Amino acid sequence: MMRLLSNDRPGHWLLALLLVGLLLGLLAAPFLFPGTKALAVAARIAIFIVLAASYDILLGYTGIVSFAQTTFFGLGAYGVAIPLALGASGWAVVAGGAAAGIGASLVLALVMALLSLRVRAIFFSMITLAIARFAQVLAAEWRGLTGGEDGLTFTVPRLISPAFRLFPAPLLGLPISGPVIAYYLILAVSLAAFLLMLRMVNSPFGRVLQAIRENPFRAEALGYRTILHRALASVLAAGFAALAGAMMALQLRYTNPDTTLSFSLMIDILLMVVIGGMGTLYGAALGAALLVLAQYYLEPLLAALARLSGGVPVLPALFDPGRWLLWLGVIFVLVVYFFPAGIAGTLRARGRAA
Amino acid sequence: MAEPPLLTLAGVHTHIGRYHILHGVDLAVAAGEVSVLLGRNGAGKTTTLRSIMGLWRVSRGAIDFAGQPIAARATPDIARLGIAYVPENMGVFSGLTVAENFRLATPSGRFEPQRLAQVMRAFPVLEQKWQVRAGTLSGGQKQMLAIGRAIIAERRLLIIDEPSKGLAPVMVGQLLDALLALKRARTTILLVEQNFFLARALGDRVAVMDDGRIVHTGTMAALAEDVALQSRLLGLSLESHQ
Repeated sequence: MMRLLSNDRPGHWLLALLLVGLLLGLLAAPFLFPGTKALAVAARIAIFIVLAASYDILLGYTGIVSFAQTTFFGLGAYGVAIPLALGASGWAVVAGGAAAGIGASLVLALVMALLSLRVRAIFFSMITLAIARFAQVLAAEWRGLTGGEDGLTFTVPRLISPAFRLFPAPLLGLPISGPVIAYYLILAVSLAAFLLMLRMVNSPFGRVLQAIRENPFRAEALGYRTILHRALASVLAAGFAALAGAMMALQLRYTNPDTTLSFSLMIDILLMVVIGGMGTLYGAALGAALLVLAQYYLEPLLAALARLSGGVPVLPALFDPGRWLLWLGVIFVLVVYFFPAGIAGTLRARGRAA
Repeated sequence: MAEPPLLTLAGVHTHIGRYHILHGVDLAVAAGEVSVLLGRNGAGKTTTLRSIMGLWRVSRGAIDFAGQPIAARATPDIARLGIAYVPENMGVFSGLTVAENFRLATPSGRFEPQRLAQVMRAFPVLEQKWQVRAGTLSGGQKQMLAIGRAIIAERRLLIIDEPSKGLAPVMVGQLLDALLALKRARTTILLVEQNFFLARALGDRVAVMDDGRIVHTGTMAALAEDVALQSRLLGLSLESHQ
């Protein structure tokens, strides 16, 4: 088991418990929480675990602040969406589209890294911000290829289409439909991608990245070319983000700039990594789960609380579902207050101190 | 015929921003010897070391290592020629374990068993702290890790900047023992050290810097015996450091 986790022990019993709970929850989600919304949320968590973890390689392990992670996510999504929307079909098209999206991301990330990682960190961040904005405008304006703001709607392969049933009868009460199969495919790929990233950050290459983050001059004095290592980290992170984008397109069966390229999505990814704990990967997974769950279930939870507190003064107004963003903010402030190094980072530090 | 020096600096000028720090440094480090660079604070000792490593770009002059010009090379290329640099203030990676810090300094990530045993003999405390994060080590232990890391793989030259700075006297004693073991093994070392007791015990040759220039070169033995020279060059007398 530890070999599977590249000997990267969670380091605290509560962190281990949270991670096991997350994995079991995701594995059993379609059976435990039937319904299309729950399935969509679970799939989104799995995809965002990959996306947030890929960003953690940059931010947490290498110390690179990039705002272009959604650009690669979008390239992966459009890579799958464009050929399917043009009428092509089948798994070969999906694989080809995903490969094209990932390939384009790798090339773009390499060019960006080699051209701009030499400049000071703040300028690199500004360059990535400009590229992210450019990609968003391009997707919105190039209507012929991307469908503009409306995006692209397409038909996915039959195996994962809503009408498909794997068995004539439900299994443990759940009809094994196309979306359920799509969910498990996404979960399997996400899990494999996460374990691969874990292997990467725990390899000698990952240690060099951490050394560079801590002190690039010392790393250079040991003989490491920081630009090349940073560039490779950027390229790998872009590839995983594009893979997440391709899965997102398959899961949603449509793609538009808002779902893949928006700046608010970039802020979400940043929050996931920071709240979960930078430089741990496990933190990115927890942060992704926490933020997606909050985005989807905080509003109905507040509505239920408002109903329950009907007779009490002030409380119903406080729990008004319209105030869900305010409560999300309160939760974030509390998390940052009690877990200054993020959930995983703080728990690990406590585990080390114990 | 005498063996040519392993490292030579000829007329090296270095600017940091608009400040002209080194004004034509000439220095030679012979193979198998410990050369000590002395001088008051701000004389340009650390800038000289950083210029050798390419961490500050030389604006004029030449630096040759083992017969190759290195002044225009990038820092990683200079390090790969076999130069290990131990910066002042314990150049360890605090977020990594002792083992990971060591592993970073080996070319393939693998240790040569004999060399590892030699380092562990010199710094036994590091063996007990093998899986501990470097950030949690004491100042002396961090310095030992920084020096141990510099010698964990074969190097032709060790550049060490003020290893005793900020260390408790008992730690300075341990550090001296370890550095003396390196000296006995005829490791070529360029050492910057403010502690004259340590410098005298280790140095074969000495160069004194002032205002970005070398103002004196000679043997350490000669300087150690000449109180008037010490007083003139360094503003100190050896007796006051004993």
